[in-house]
Amino acid sequence: MFNLRDKGAEIWENQGRVGRIVIAVGAIAIVAALPFMGGTFLNTPIADYESVLVYPIAMFVLMAIGLNIVIGKSGLLDLGYVAFFAIGAYTMGLLGTKTGLNTWEILPIGIAMAMFSGIILGVPALKLRGDYLAIITLGFGEIVRIVALNLGALGRSEGILGIPTPPGFFGIEYAFDSHRIYYWTLLILILLAIWMVRRLSARRAGRAWESIRQDEDAAELLGVPTFKYKVWAFVLGASVGGAAGVLYASKTLFIAPDNFTLQISILILACVVFGGMGNIWGVILGAVILGYLPDRIRFLSEARLLVFGLVLVIMMNLRPDGILPRKKREKAIVKKDAS
Amino acid sequence: MIGNFLDQFWSLTFGGLSLGFIYILIALGYTMVYGVLRMINFANSEIFMVGTFATIIIIRDLFKFTQVSEYATGFRLWLILGTALIFAMLVSGILSMLVEMVAYRRLRRMNSGVLAPLISAIGVSMVLSESVRILTDSRPVASPRAMEKKFLGQFFDAGIRIDNTIIVISALVLFAILITFVNKTRMGKAIRAVSMNPNAARLMGINIDGVISATFLVGGLMTGAAGFFYTLKYENTSAFIGFELGIAAFTAAILGGIGNIKGAFYGGLALGLLETYASFFLGTQWKAVTVFIVLVLVLYTKPNGLFGEALTQTRA
Repeated sequence: MFNLRDKGAEIWENQGRVGRIVIAVGAIAIVAALPFMGGTFLNTPIADYESVLVYPIAMFVLMAIGLNIVIGKSGLLDLGYVAFFAIGAYTMGLLGTKTGLNTWEILPIGIAMAMFSGIILGVPALKLRGDYLAIITLGFGEIVRIVALNLGALGRSEGILGIPTPPGFFGIEYAFDSHRIYYWTLLILILLAIWMVRRLSARRAGRAWESIRQDEDAAELLGVPTFKYKVWAFVLGASVGGAAGVLYASKTLFIAPDNFTLQISILILACVVFGGMGNIWGVILGAVILGYLPDRIRFLSEARLLVFGLVLVIMMNLRPDGILPRKKREKAIVKKDAS
Repeated sequence: MIGNFLDQFWSLTFGGLSLGFIYILIALGYTMVYGVLRMINFANSEIFMVGTFATIIIIRDLFKFTQVSEYATGFRLWLILGTALIFAMLVSGILSMLVEMVAYRRLRRMNSGVLAPLISAIGVSMVLSESVRILTDSRPVASPRAMEKKFLGQFFDAGIRIDNTIIVISALVLFAILITFVNKTRMGKAIRAVSMNPNAARLMGINIDGVISATFLVGGLMTGAAGFFYTLKYENTSAFIGFELGIAAFTAAILGGIGNIKGAFYGGLALGLLETYASFFLGTQWKAVTVFIVLVLVLYTKPNGLFGEALTQTRA
């Protein structure tokens, strides 16, 4: 079968240094120019095109990249990913309204908070079997929402109002409706996340995750400290979710527990599964398609979650590797293992 | 606070008991499936939710009860309750079998590991809850009251309400039927065989797919009965109740040792009581958090539950 992923990898690997730089810069330039391509058939009936680019598309892409570290790379099913998103957003909301810190100062704090809660949840949960991990994370995602709903300090169901926008620099101002600026900011974060994942995948951590995903017991016997790397995958995934949360809060300026339901976790999971678990380009493509289509096709937007549920079932049964599967080399080992 | 608690102890206990029996029945849905597949049936919570709606359809649409109509009595009352119970059980049981066919069967044949069936089951439960949410416009649905909720007697100042009594007695009967089915019938024996060792069972000529379907059916029947009892007790449902009840019942199954039918019984009772007492002290909004903390503690300290996991332990 024609495999777009392998074709792409082949072109990339046959290029010299200059060719690769040209491809990368060209791709980034096209993606960065997306806001200017609006006003055409890309417009959605509900929201205007540029705001759709920021949320859900860019936000979904960022979170899907983060969740992919946990699910795709190391094979751990995390169903409470929204918790880290919520923790990032509430850190921004609290610190942004109660202290004088600005978004760029809160961003590392939010990431640290998400990573810290990743450790708190991960250390007990990652000792358990895969299906137990799924249900623990599922519960955790809901617990974070319930805590936010019932603690007076977090604003209960009214949430937190009046979160400040990020301060501008170089004469760029972040206004509430300057979607382009937010889009480019998110794009920088996405590129950083892609860079981080690619660097890690090619190194010791990536090999450790790969071995954990394929056979955890064998990996453990061969001396891979599996627990340590599982916690690392979990915490890195959490850090990306936290960063997305901080930016989300300073974009919408208002957060409430209703923004952080279980459904978000499922949506992001659907993006990862649809695109192709483990392959970062597939995951990005999946997030773009699933973020965009429900807004573009009007009758889908009410039934969005229904569609995403169907996507999960159909993809798992008919094409478990997603629309852009991971490299053949990695897949072959799995096939042998299963037979 | 403590004084209040002692005053209300027995009425809390009765409420907790009937809640516990509802948990037991849902937990059976998890535990039966886990016993044969070694997999969490993620869609079970939504099968329960569909069971509550099936009950309301019978009471409200078939027997035309409204919020203001008079209570049914005598034979007619038992006819209504019986029809609703059987209908809810059948709908949930058949739905559960369908879920297995859609979400698990193909993946099981492909030998696809643990992750894929989990994700596909989550997809199915999303489809179920979203379909119901769209059909009900995201609004909770109240069940008309067909039965006058009178007190049967007094026990240390606490009234014994008729619906709680019905729940406890019928759940006990259902549980006894299930135990007999698993231990005494041919199909029950096949289920136990598959649970112990599916390959050996296949070699002995047992139709594995049939047994798994039957297990999902039985689990679904029990879960559907829980849906009926829940509607009888709380008279309210929505497309979203599956999640919370599901996690709680799953915790009950884990607490007793998942895969172990008797474990589900004790786990369900313990959790029902614990949750009721805890929400008296902390307030009902922290109910889900209490359950979650219990789940984490049990999994962390005693992952096989209080009564051990399954009949046999040795399958990965």
